Amino acid sequence: MTDLTSLTLAEAREGLANKSFTSLELTDAHLGAIEAARALNAFVMETPDQARAMARAVDAKIAKGEGGPLAGIPLGIKDLFATRDVRTTACSKILGDFVPTYESTITSQLWRDGAVMLGKLNNDEFAMGSSNETSCFGPVVNPWRRDGSNTTLVPGGSSGGSASAVAALLCMGATATDTGGSIRQPAAFTGTVGIKPTYGRCSRWGIVAFASSLDQAGPIARTVRDSAILMRSMAGHDPKDTTSADRAVPDYEAAIGKSVKGMKIGIPREYRLDGMPQEIEKLWSEGAAWLKAAGAELVDVSLPHTKYALPAYYIVAPAEASSNLARYDGVRYGLRVPGRSIGEQYENTRAEGFGAEVRRRVMIGTYVLSAGYYDAYYLRAQKVRTLIKRDFEDCFAKGVHAILTPATPSAAFGIGEKGADPVEMYLNDIFTVTVNMAGLPGIAVPAGKDTQGLPLGLQLIGRPFDEETLFSLGEVIEQAAGRFTPARWW
Amino acid sequence: MSVDAATVRRIAHLARIAVTDDEVPHLQGELNAMLAFVEQLSEVNVDGVEPMTSVTPMEMKKRADMVNDGGIADDIVRNAPATDDRFFLVPKVIE
Repeated sequence: MTDLTSLTLAEAREGLANKSFTSLELTDAHLGAIEAARALNAFVMETPDQARAMARAVDAKIAKGEGGPLAGIPLGIKDLFATRDVRTTACSKILGDFVPTYESTITSQLWRDGAVMLGKLNNDEFAMGSSNETSCFGPVVNPWRRDGSNTTLVPGGSSGGSASAVAALLCMGATATDTGGSIRQPAAFTGTVGIKPTYGRCSRWGIVAFASSLDQAGPIARTVRDSAILMRSMAGHDPKDTTSADRAVPDYEAAIGKSVKGMKIGIPREYRLDGMPQEIEKLWSEGAAWLKAAGAELVDVSLPHTKYALPAYYIVAPAEASSNLARYDGVRYGLRVPGRSIGEQYENTRAEGFGAEVRRRVMIGTYVLSAGYYDAYYLRAQKVRTLIKRDFEDCFAKGVHAILTPATPSAAFGIGEKGADPVEMYLNDIFTVTVNMAGLPGIAVPAGKDTQGLPLGLQLIGRPFDEETLFSLGEVIEQAAGRFTPARWW
Repeated sequence: MSVDAATVRRIAHLARIAVTDDEVPHLQGELNAMLAFVEQLSEVNVDGVEPMTSVTPMEMKKRADMVNDGGIADDIVRNAPATDDRFFLVPKVIE
């Protein structure tokens, strides 16, 4: 039998349906891979007993012909998703050994459809970061290395554990979340596929909140088809999240292989940055050429407020975070550091419980919301956000079906290489953050390698609730570029 | 705009995060770097632009005004650092 971990999710689904192997065998193969890959630090909690129990139960269902759409598929879950009776920390010391008594809507839908949980995946603390270096469990290592080098590289962030685990074939797919690029940037850094759906497409209930008007969950997977399969189970209306969209979930997989002939693809001139590496420029033109060869029409478009998206994000996101993270007070759950008064207890708990990046963002958020500064910062940023969204609306109103951009301004960088200047780290999200600000869907698809042999991704941005077009176009890129798997060194 | 050391201490207190005197200069530098970065927003003309309140147009859904959950006090206190008979314990608040 071939190594079961090298199958795609779609292939594994077929093998399980044909009874070529069982979910328990598939699950065991992945548990073995996880154990052998601890050097990557992708998992912060492995749940082998629960995984095997789930696999056995689903095998019994498959035998009776009652398996769901994800029957027997082993997945990794970002540690931002509450999982009943399984420690959930957001990779922050302040949550300590928090064990939820409830299950997030998204993960409950995955289990409903027959998926198996392998464990919880590392991420930047409270999803704040672009390199997975802010986790209280330490950095995640990218399974990719530069040609002829053994420098350890970051997998991107904040869903670094998800991306690293999928790239290293430790799980068949993973849940992830994206507030400014946290699905798409790590996908691009690891040669995996990641989609951030339209705001409201997936329920946020039971996901540790970072910036509620920007947060959206989605999958990271090995192929475009695999990501479409996972999306169908993750999406859907949830009465427990008032911002979740009350609309039917399409069969996303049906969009794979659909013709893109006649589709108008916007190439936004503002994404051509000064000093952008030539290989990114080349990748972008290649991607455009592939779509053109598949029958799409390329059109130059302008999104004039692009350069203001990142600064506006660094007001809106910290402001919402400072409010969301007010709940960590050492009273109801998590870490408590005593003080002489309750006020001192709050201050001591939050000083010790939050890492440096989280403290910085909570403080900046507190400042921009404080009396006298609200209008100058927060209100202005929300107005700029309206303009950013309007840029996209104008573009789509001209008949553009989707927009093609690079996913990141560079390939993965080394652990510890960036971070002295927080703004330098923030620039990683320059191409992805606009999409969150406008609430649109965006997919990152691996499209090539840089001169040092590291994967690079392209991003497609779609109209609201038109993820299907992104899957159709993403498939064209994947077919042309091929798949990217790192050589195993761990 | 930039913040001075006193403002850093005031923000930290508003955010209920204890900071030591040694940390203040470093935090001040970082906060000012972020404020300098966002400063470019001041060049955008936002006259007559409505601030965004909802990124996707949707109607606010309201549920029926009736109890549909609850009776889970043990679950709620399960993760608390200190409890007594389903109450959260905190240091004395009222003298």
